[in-house]
Amino acid sequence: MSIRPPLLSVRRLSIAYRAGGSLVAAVQNVELSIGRGETLAIVGESGSGKSTIALAILGLLPANARILAGDIQVDGGSSVSMADVETLGLRGRIVGFVPQDPMVGLNPTMRIGGQIGEAVTKASGLHGRRADAETIALLEQVGVDEPALRARQYPHQLSGGMRQRVLIAIALAGNPALIIADEPTSALDSTVQKSILDHLARLAGERGVALLVITHDLGLAADRADRVLVMKDGRIVEQGPPRAILTAPAEAYTRALIAAAPALDGKGLFGVRRASRPAGGELLRFEGVSKRFPSPMTGEPSRASTALDNVGFTVHAGRTLAVVGESGSGKTTICRIALGLEKPSDGRVLFENRDISGLSWPEFRPLRRRIQLVQQDPFASLDPRFTIAECVVEPLVSFGLEKGKGLQAAASRLIDLVQLPREAASRYPRELSGGQRQRVAIARALALKPELLFLDEPVSALDVLIQSQILALLDELQRALGVAYVLVSHDLSVVTSVADHVVVIRKGRIVEQGPVAEVFGDPAHPYTRELLEATPGRRSAALVAV
Amino acid sequence: MTRYLLSRTAQALLVLLGAYTIAYLILYLLPGDPLAILLNAAGRDIDALSPAEIAEARRFYGLDGTPLERYFELLWNALHGDFGFSASKNAPVAQLILERLPQTLALGGLAVAFSIVEGVGFGYLAASVRSPVLARFLARLPAFGVSLPSFWLGLLLIHLFAFTLGWLPAAGNDGFRSLILPAFTLSLYSAAIYAQLLIRGLEAASREPFIVTAYAKGLTRGEVQFRHAFRNAALPIVTLVGLQIGNTFSGAVLIETVFTRTGVGRLAEEAVLRQDIPVVLAVVTLSAAGFVFINLLVDLLYPILDPRIDHASKG
Repeated sequence: MSIRPPLLSVRRLSIAYRAGGSLVAAVQNVELSIGRGETLAIVGESGSGKSTIALAILGLLPANARILAGDIQVDGGSSVSMADVETLGLRGRIVGFVPQDPMVGLNPTMRIGGQIGEAVTKASGLHGRRADAETIALLEQVGVDEPALRARQYPHQLSGGMRQRVLIAIALAGNPALIIADEPTSALDSTVQKSILDHLARLAGERGVALLVITHDLGLAADRADRVLVMKDGRIVEQGPPRAILTAPAEAYTRALIAAAPALDGKGLFGVRRASRPAGGELLRFEGVSKRFPSPMTGEPSRASTALDNVGFTVHAGRTLAVVGESGSGKTTICRIALGLEKPSDGRVLFENRDISGLSWPEFRPLRRRIQLVQQDPFASLDPRFTIAECVVEPLVSFGLEKGKGLQAAASRLIDLVQLPREAASRYPRELSGGQRQRVAIARALALKPELLFLDEPVSALDVLIQSQILALLDELQRALGVAYVLVSHDLSVVTSVADHVVVIRKGRIVEQGPVAEVFGDPAHPYTRELLEATPGRRSAALVAV
Repeated sequence: MTRYLLSRTAQALLVLLGAYTIAYLILYLLPGDPLAILLNAAGRDIDALSPAEIAEARRFYGLDGTPLERYFELLWNALHGDFGFSASKNAPVAQLILERLPQTLALGGLAVAFSIVEGVGFGYLAASVRSPVLARFLARLPAFGVSLPSFWLGLLLIHLFAFTLGWLPAAGNDGFRSLILPAFTLSLYSAAIYAQLLIRGLEAASREPFIVTAYAKGLTRGEVQFRHAFRNAALPIVTLVGLQIGNTFSGAVLIETVFTRTGVGRLAEEAVLRQDIPVVLAVVTLSAAGFVFINLLVDLLYPILDPRIDHASKG
């Protein structure tokens, strides 16, 4: 067998972004090549330049990007300057693209069929009935049920997982030799993620399509790729087969990434994370709580949809309870009921043995000092016009607890508490990184010295390394302040590293609950096993253990 | 969908009733005897009339009875197409309006059509230009269109196209040719606003992630712009067209004066100057009705243009 040239190779690629008159390097001297049918993963944090490489290959860099150097060679043809990639016409027919967020990746005003159909027409010149037939065949291939119906629907009528399948169908429409998938599933639940990645890998295998997967998740990369490239600050720091990367990482940065992925370091998922601390008194209890929402179609409660069905659990002072489930399982409804934003249809919610489920808004207000919330997205949850100091003391102002000097002192104390630099006090949220903003949100939630903190997916918007720092901070704060956490998450690796007790919820029902080590060490319910199976890095963890 | 339709229609009718009521209150109940004002408009002096003549005049103008009775009587008549009798023109108001309405509808309709074609055309072009310098220049241009006073523009156009070039008539009501200059003058303001909105909308749409998906399919710039960016960017314009149609008809008052056309706008101007209350009330009611009707149409059109809205209302 003769050695075939790689499908696509990129040489000495350097890209910079123009920002405020100066050029900031995003990608520096990157070399990579992908063979036919190969799966290559680029792993790195946000800002490492991994997405910039993908956009450069597609010729879709934003207007403020400059390609400083580099050329690209397709299928052993002649080298072309990377800046001229658009004239090569790679998009669609040679390179397909699966974007990051399926919720915004499709045109909201165009039917699914039309969006796939135009890619079909563009690539194969098919029109009318034949294009429609091809569209439906593609939908079928990517595992969409009732393809003929889906083709007539609009994106908002489909779930996130469905939409991602549609985007894969669009990428396949041109019958490309390479598909670039940029964080293809990071916006999806882990079980959906797994089935979509499995499907993509199978299709790629059947058709001999090469895959370039861009991800921040080393576990996912190691599970799926033939070769892994680790990027940091625009440079490739390490590359090789996943096994070599995981078992013998040469770079300190790679070791840090492995350590930050609980599924990979061999102890996170199965071991107990820490010495169990003494259980405090009972703080919050859900007793047979159900929540039904009247059907928006008819308004009749008889056709109501059940968000929660007979849910019961107990949160102890100073401990962490995790609620795990997919989107739509009722996790958020639990939060909203506990915070008094929603009333249960049945059952009771007890805070220190007092029924709080029937309290009116003003009656609930004193309780808000004791129960606080940290939201998922630190980019959206801070007022952009408040300085950090103003953000963190706002609850104190709202309850009229501090004034003037006292307020300033409180701001400094809170900023120290979450280990932010003092200078941050006078900055605005946009000047801080995602991790720093989440620290601000935590400081704000702690301002009133609550006894119970709800953490709604507190790290899912952050990079892995930042995730582990925030989780460590939460752990420290719990030791120091004795605050109890209710952690809502779909990410089992997060849950296992911080929770004491776990509640697995599916379609509004608790399928299993108990101490973390028991539930995940010896899952009794098939759904829990399914969730564990779907955690990225599981396969590779076995590699490491060997 | 039926519920949406019914609730929107009911809301529209309520708005219309509100507009009518406020106009009535202002015209008939503010200080000043309406009878004296109306007689004055008819060229008579109330002080020169005998009490019997005054009582007869009061009956003639429908001013006998309490204000509340008068309100309901006027409303009832208006619902039957009777808007009373114009004091200054000595003719039924309905007849006056019917005579003038076609002129104003033609002017307003053509102006709306012009403004959409100009505004959307210009905005689309400005957003399609590749040169960043030219694109920035074109994007600034509509601001001039917004700030040009229409009476000044009208006079300028008359000077250029009627007096200097002699291509189009300067004034009057005869035929389509006489409509072009006034309609264009009237359209420019709205057109400039549509253009501004569309340029911004296309710019925002071009940053949406689904545009990247569209490019990745291999579509050309033009195809992406037309099929994906334009429809999403054009949605807010539909709302604005509804609002601007109201402005177009109030703009007609000025334009009909500048171009000496006979239309409802001129009628309103004359009626206000002569304090001819029934005519003013009828014109206000009519324009409110037109405005409410157009916006009802826009509301009903929206779910067809944006599939997400239909389903939001259904759940």
